[in-house]
Amino acid sequence: MIPGSFEYFAPTSLNEALDLLKTHGDDAKVLAGGHSLIPTMKLRLAEPAVIIDITRIGDLRGVSEPDGKLVIGALTTHYELESSALVQQKVPILSQTAAAIGDVQVRNKGTIGGSLVHADPAADWPATILALDADLKVAGPDGERVIKATDFFQELYTTALEPEEILTEIHVSIPAANTKGVYLKQYQAASGFALTGVAVLLTRSGDTCQKVAVGVNGVADVAYRATGVESELAGKTLSAENIAAAAEKAADGVDAMEDIHASPAYRANLAKVYAQRAIAQLAS
Amino acid sequence: MTAVAGPSRMIGAPIKRREDPRLIQGLSHYVDDIKLVDTLHCTFLRSDYAHAEIKSIDTAAAKDLPGVVTVITGKDIEGKVGDVPCGADLPGLKVPDHPALSIGRVRFVGEPIAAVVATDSYIARDALDLIEVDYEELPTVVDPEKAIEAGSPLIYEEFGDNIGFTMPLEAGDADAAFAEADHVVSGRFVNQRLIPNAMEPRGVLAQYLPGDGSLTVWSSTQVPHGLKTNLGLIVDIPEHLVRVIAPEVGGAFGSKLNVYPEEIVVSYLAIQLCKPVKWIEKRTENFTTTIHGRDQINYVEIAVKNDGTITALRAKTIADIGASYQLLTPLIPTLTNLMIVGGYKIQNVKVELIGALTNKMATDAYRGAGRPEATYIIERIVSMAAKQLGMDPKDIRFKNFPQPEEFPLEIATGITFDSGNYQASLNKALEIVNYDEQRAQQAELRQQGKYMGIGLCTYVEICAFGPSAGVPGGGWESATVRVERTGKVTVLSGVSPHGQGQETSFAQIIGDEFGVDIDDIIIVHGDTGRQPQGIGTFGSRATAVGGTAMVVAAGQVKEKMAKIAAHLMEANPDDLVFENGQIFVGGSPDQAVEFATVAGEAHTAANLPPDTDPGLEATHFFEPSNFTFPFGAHVAVVEVDIDTGEIDIQRYVAVDDIGNIINPLLVNGQVHGGIAQGLGQALYEGAVYDENGQLLTGTFMDYAIPKATHLPRFESDHTVTPSPVNPLGVKGVGEAGTIASTPCMVNAVVDALSPLGITQIDMPMTPNRVWQAIQDAKEGGNG
Amino acid sequence: MANQVIHTAINGQEHTHEVEPRMLLVHYIRDVVGLTGTHVGCETSLCGACTIMVDGQAVKSCTMLAVQADGAEIMTIEGLAQNGELHPIQEGFWECHGLQCGFCTPGMIIAAHQLLQRNPNPSEDEIRHGLDGNLCRCTGYQHIVDAVQYAAEKMQGSRERKEV
Ligand SMILES: Cc1cc2nc3c(=O)[nH]c(=O)nc-3n(C[C@H](O)[C@H](O)[C@H](O)COP(=O)(O)OP(=O)(O)OC[C@H]3O[C@@H](n4cnc5c(N)ncnc54)[C@H](O)[C@@H]3O)c2cc1C
Ligand code: FES
Ligand code: FES
Repeated sequence: MIPGSFEYFAPTSLNEALDLLKTHGDDAKVLAGGHSLIPTMKLRLAEPAVIIDITRIGDLRGVSEPDGKLVIGALTTHYELESSALVQQKVPILSQTAAAIGDVQVRNKGTIGGSLVHADPAADWPATILALDADLKVAGPDGERVIKATDFFQELYTTALEPEEILTEIHVSIPAANTKGVYLKQYQAASGFALTGVAVLLTRSGDTCQKVAVGVNGVADVAYRATGVESELAGKTLSAENIAAAAEKAADGVDAMEDIHASPAYRANLAKVYAQRAIAQLAS
Repeated sequence: MTAVAGPSRMIGAPIKRREDPRLIQGLSHYVDDIKLVDTLHCTFLRSDYAHAEIKSIDTAAAKDLPGVVTVITGKDIEGKVGDVPCGADLPGLKVPDHPALSIGRVRFVGEPIAAVVATDSYIARDALDLIEVDYEELPTVVDPEKAIEAGSPLIYEEFGDNIGFTMPLEAGDADAAFAEADHVVSGRFVNQRLIPNAMEPRGVLAQYLPGDGSLTVWSSTQVPHGLKTNLGLIVDIPEHLVRVIAPEVGGAFGSKLNVYPEEIVVSYLAIQLCKPVKWIEKRTENFTTTIHGRDQINYVEIAVKNDGTITALRAKTIADIGASYQLLTPLIPTLTNLMIVGGYKIQNVKVELIGALTNKMATDAYRGAGRPEATYIIERIVSMAAKQLGMDPKDIRFKNFPQPEEFPLEIATGITFDSGNYQASLNKALEIVNYDEQRAQQAELRQQGKYMGIGLCTYVEICAFGPSAGVPGGGWESATVRVERTGKVTVLSGVSPHGQGQETSFAQIIGDEFGVDIDDIIIVHGDTGRQPQGIGTFGSRATAVGGTAMVVAAGQVKEKMAKIAAHLMEANPDDLVFENGQIFVGGSPDQAVEFATVAGEAHTAANLPPDTDPGLEATHFFEPSNFTFPFGAHVAVVEVDIDTGEIDIQRYVAVDDIGNIINPLLVNGQVHGGIAQGLGQALYEGAVYDENGQLLTGTFMDYAIPKATHLPRFESDHTVTPSPVNPLGVKGVGEAGTIASTPCMVNAVVDALSPLGITQIDMPMTPNRVWQAIQDAKEGGNG
Repeated sequence: MANQVIHTAINGQEHTHEVEPRMLLVHYIRDVVGLTGTHVGCETSLCGACTIMVDGQAVKSCTMLAVQADGAEIMTIEGLAQNGELHPIQEGFWECHGLQCGFCTPGMIIAAHQLLQRNPNPSEDEIRHGLDGNLCRCTGYQHIVDAVQYAAEKMQGSRERKEV
């Protein structure tokens, strides 16, 4: 319940934060919403010597809409995304995903950036961010770079972010009117995390699937795009049979996780069932 | 705020709780809220291994940390304090040593090894990391069925095996009945291990005053009196110098019905250091080292005639008791034996019970304690029998119920059910849920490929513990009723409520007794310094036993007041009525004297009737003549998502007969909470240890206790069959919901999936488990 | 490690203390400021017993550092009743028997407070979801739901009266 001792900095600018991160290197941890980091520190699973609290950097928070996309500051909380009228209107699947996270208190504090960097396989954001083909903007000692969502999640709790980098923004293209999305999740009863979560964006022209993007979390040790489903359904009529056949591929080639909460077979099954239900719901 | 006292009786009224104002404003005091000057903070180092030899413990670095006052290990207190006590005494019970800090050997993960005391809790925590323990790992056994096999690693070498006790029970001639049976229905059931998880973890604060040699201990406990007596003996302070206070207690459910190592060590440290010492349990400690519940494997069969009559039951139960005994550990599964025939007239019984030692935390009393297991066994097997015979599950129950006029009814296992009308409660539940319509709808939905299920559970439980012969340390309860000089009433009760609301319900009873306003009554409990004798709150006993003690004591005071009032009014004491704060002559209310005036006279003592001592106080120790046996019928309606295994609870109807009802608001609260915990067992909860004895469900991240979204709205109703065992006619309600809801839910889910040929799903029925059962059934069906 | 000075306003009262950076906000409130109505029920940020309002948002104070609250306005359960008058949510919990042991209650009430701020007229389902961050082992939640409904109605009523 009691974290180990650490030195605490609360920079007010990104540059200051980056400098601190460079100075303290591996000893330091960035603190955003704290809702993944502080619990691990309380159990002393993490004992960073230096904490760099970035929440006082104002420019990293909030959502704006420049030229056809949403720019989401990394420090934007789950609740802000859940309740933002702009987000609800432009990319409702983001609000829906945010609303599925944990509980009210967690959503009030936890940030989208923190969740993405933490890369918990059972976190909700990755499926949706993958399905949306978002771009992740990061800043480091050598300046800024953009990482594609599909390149970002590498393995269990590991991303393409370098230790001295900070995730600053998430860029999401606003889908066209004929694209709709939905996020379906089975809650792990204890933690509230996703036992399995499936995010689907379906672009249709009439009865035909022009494009479908399917992101899946909770099944494998890292969130993934169910490309088998996507290629199977693209260009096909959105009939019940076609949807079912495509959804069958939701866990193809995936090494599903085993733990006390669910078997690999069950997780794979959920991916398929939710893919099927999500697509069917969007197609109807 | 004032409830109206008066001719309208308070008993039976939904009076809102008097304990609430402090609780809803954050003004109450749980142990951790009590701050004494100069308090030191204690933390425990606990075993990381389920079974290991401790080669050495190096505490030097920890002791050197600034702020650390002392670090002690088992060796430091060996011979200076007594063992952690076990109050159970079964024939042939093998009782191992149980030091408060382990010495030489650890036998479960979380076992306390050393205690650190520091000036603040952060330093104490840091010091833990500086203690070095050299372990030599030993083979572990966590599966109770493997544990009792020959050749299994031994928890205690001196015992030669891992069988802590056995307990056979036989009545009638079960083997003969089986030989003549038309049908034999059998099953293997698992009552999984549960973790009680009261929301307030345990906590202890101990203060020793060297001047007078007194020890005061604040502990989050259900049994302050038992703790006082035991602690005195264990840390060697005469009992009359020990005071235990159970302040506000944040739930317990049996998990605080114990004497724990931490209570012993913290008391010892307070005595040694002559300063207050506090230990507050962390949730992770609560998971590993506060007692667990259930954990039985039951092999059961019943002999049934073609008409549904059940003639015999045979069972073998392996109860996993863990690595050591806590206060009542071995007794819990014996209650399963006693209640195994449920509410049915089964005359021939043969059961075998084996207590298996394993490398896990001890099991002990968790809400229901032994009866949920029995109810699960009998309610599952009876429902399975109905299915096998093609009977409606309600009909097989009606067939085997005793008739109301047969009570009091001695059953095969030797106990006597006090009163009952099982038909009435089942009929009422069926009516509320609209049973026939539900069955019709089920048939319709099945046509559409939907899986709706209806589950029944008719239960009877044993509570109001109880005659002293059946409770270690005594089953009586005591109360002192005192009318103060100003007419205020003080009731000191030996029970120790921790959420049940007896500060309210007891005041209702006394209010009716004395005819005074409820706000003129105070119920004091949980402090051995104020009410020196008592047993405590557990086994749904507080009102039936503790309430009765209080009523008898009040009756004695009332008699004396009547005598004094009669003397003042020159009336006959037998004619007097106590109402509205007055004592008056029945039929002529003008001839009256204030209740408070009589109280004053009793203390001024200048004008008392002859042969009357001053003062108004009586103490009564009530010894009940029998247990009570609440019963009832629950019905659940569910729909199962066949693709995901998810269960949607559509209706939950509970009809409980708990005898007379003192406060319906509180009763509903107990019923709801009980059902929630029972559904927790059915659907969500289960302690999982890996084969090395590591607890994999050691936090709320992995062990699911029901959340608000997990539960439906419950429909709770009652039938009332008063208990003849106590003058209040009450039976007890603390555990009924828990006992009934578990099998009810499993019966509903199995019923939903019965078209697939599914006959049993083990608990917790997680979506994964249900889905797997569906897959297995489909494969079996195809193959 | 270097201690830091923090300023907070808790239930309308200003506080200044020097704290270790690692001190959890809940420990600051309970042990330094001395407001013990906020409880600790777990180590994994799941039980919600420690819920308080920080700058208008319900948070689990066990999952925040005290230094993070520097400059914050905080309300704990002790600050909900005004001038000795219970808040309608507290009243609802009392009227509807929304508590038994009371340990979860302060956090539960604060979570309900946030819920009704954001959604003054919630359905039963919305109430249950709004309380998903708070565990209660005693009540089975039904009376808690009733309590929140009671409060919603009462608050709605007083809003309407004000508008008249
Ligand atoms: C009780 C509970 C339930 C939860 N349930 C869910 C759930 O259902 N679904 C779900 O998805 N999540 C859930 N979470 C996790 C929650 O969403 C966290 O908020 C999130 O995972 C981390 O975000 P944070 O802002 O709190 O990050 P922090 O905890 O502050 O940081 C997490 C990690 O990311 C790093 N980091 C944070 N921000 C940045 C940045 N901008 N740049 C670089 N590194 C950064 C930190 O150094 C740290 O290593 C739950 C958490 C709790 C406590
Ligand atoms: S103490 Fe449990 S969530 Fe904070
Ligand atoms: S009232 Fe006891 S935990 Fe909620």
